[in-house]
Amino acid sequence: MSGQRTFKRPTEDPLWLKLVLGAVALGFIAVLLLLPLALVFREAFAGGFSAFWKAITEEDSLAAVKMSLMAAAIAVPLNTVFGISAAWSIAKFDFPGKTFLVTLIDLPFSVSPVVSGLIYVLVFGMQGWFGPYLADHNIHILFALPGIVLATVFVTFPFVARELIPLMVDQGRDEEEAAATLGASGLSTFLRVTLPNIKWGLLYGILLCNARALGEFGAVSVVSGHIRGQTNTMPLHVELLYNNYDYVGAFAVAALLAMLGLVTLVLKSLLEWRYADELAAAHRH
Amino acid sequence: MSATGLKISLAKPRHVLPGFSLSMGFMLFYMTSLMLIPLAALVIRPFSLGLDGFWTAIATPRVLASLRLSFGMALLAAAIDAVFGFIIAWVLVRYRFPGRGLLDAVIDLPFALPTAVAGIALSTLYAPNGWIGSLLIEHGIRIAYTPWGVLVAMTFIGLPFTVRTLEPVLSELGLEIEEAAATLGATRLQTIGRVVLPMVMPALLTGAAMAFARGAGEYGSVIFIAGNIPAVSEIAPLLIIIKLEQYDYAGAAAIGVVMLAASFVMLLALNGLQSWAAKRR
Repeated sequence: MSGQRTFKRPTEDPLWLKLVLGAVALGFIAVLLLLPLALVFREAFAGGFSAFWKAITEEDSLAAVKMSLMAAAIAVPLNTVFGISAAWSIAKFDFPGKTFLVTLIDLPFSVSPVVSGLIYVLVFGMQGWFGPYLADHNIHILFALPGIVLATVFVTFPFVARELIPLMVDQGRDEEEAAATLGASGLSTFLRVTLPNIKWGLLYGILLCNARALGEFGAVSVVSGHIRGQTNTMPLHVELLYNNYDYVGAFAVAALLAMLGLVTLVLKSLLEWRYADELAAAHRH
Repeated sequence: MSATGLKISLAKPRHVLPGFSLSMGFMLFYMTSLMLIPLAALVIRPFSLGLDGFWTAIATPRVLASLRLSFGMALLAAAIDAVFGFIIAWVLVRYRFPGRGLLDAVIDLPFALPTAVAGIALSTLYAPNGWIGSLLIEHGIRIAYTPWGVLVAMTFIGLPFTVRTLEPVLSELGLEIEEAAATLGATRLQTIGRVVLPMVMPALLTGAAMAFARGAGEYGSVIFIAGNIPAVSEIAPLLIIIKLEQYDYAGAAAIGVVMLAASFVMLLALNGLQSWAAKRR
């Protein structure tokens, strides 16, 4: 470039256009995306670190953290097993109605989170299908951990499956068929042939599933009953503190969730960058 | 399962790999019990009052206003996300500058940030005494606690959809057609607007449709900034929760069915768009 005559490629934008579009893009991202993130941390530490620490170690906050972790600890493994089963049957076998099934798996992503919670109220609520039976037998599903887990499972349903299905369809069946021909059992075929091929994609799906499970608000809000210190998850606790004008507390818990989101984002970018070839085609860019 | 008939084409295919009945069985059991039965409970519920009951539950001014707000603002937000998503994707794919990778990762923030966190952050930011709200109030513009707050939150939540669907398509686009356009005397802006844009239109519409679907159903990031004034800035998902709290299950389910039907339509439209996009490649 320096000193020599520069040849401008015809597909390169003129400098003024680059500057204008660059400024628009950067400005939009800064105002819409970065400012809210900055504000969360600014408000969380407005009273210094000690106020932040006091807010997140307060009894009800810790109970909310525990509730969120428990719900995720149940929902994420369930959806992981589901994702693997779904991908195994869809990628390794032929059967009619496959396309429809794949579309159906994605459905929870396009359903409103509130509707996702509502459906379980209609099944297990007092006026729901099984409500009276459950009440007679003193079984608590709504306004308790099982309800929160159900709602979390529903909204995080597709994460692992939609990551594994295209990946395993791409990889085909040759390696597994070779293993089966050589006499490997089903389990060892899966553990020693399939799993090494899909491990990074699986991790990617689990990572996103876990982040959503811990951060879900709308669906859980419908089924939890908002009992402070008992059935509040972290996002619900943020709402409660915010509506009680405890801004430092609300933003402290929010900052905790935001950090979790940022860690997820870093790990996700790392996986996309390092293991691009071993993730579903959709992420290779 | 073994091929008993001599007519191979009619016989069931014999699976070489094991585990079909186990994985298929678990998948179908899981989807039926956790997804299809609860969804059926939703669809059946409002019709417990008959078709008339369903219509009287929906056709109240408050419910109609909330549906109009949720879908109308989601459409507007999707349009804004389409315009800025195209610009951002173009900059990220075509320009080389330091910090590009970081900027690209930042696009996923609305996915990574739990919606309640985004909600209180946007609300505080655009409130009359907030960082942005205080600047706007001097010009008489109020965002928080008005329908425009709903628009801001939906735009926030929808942006990654348009950028992420455009990026791979833009980077796969061959430069030959743009070179041809330049050779034929098109200016750079003409090339982008009349050659590139039509080529990525299916992807742009796909992304916008995803942003629309997400925005219409969005709850967490919207309710804090919306102000939730009935018939003015009250979104449909919130009205579902209000009806539930009043033990009006059928009324809540009626709104839920309308939103679910919209999700189905969007899902079908998206499938259509994707096969259109695949044909255009």
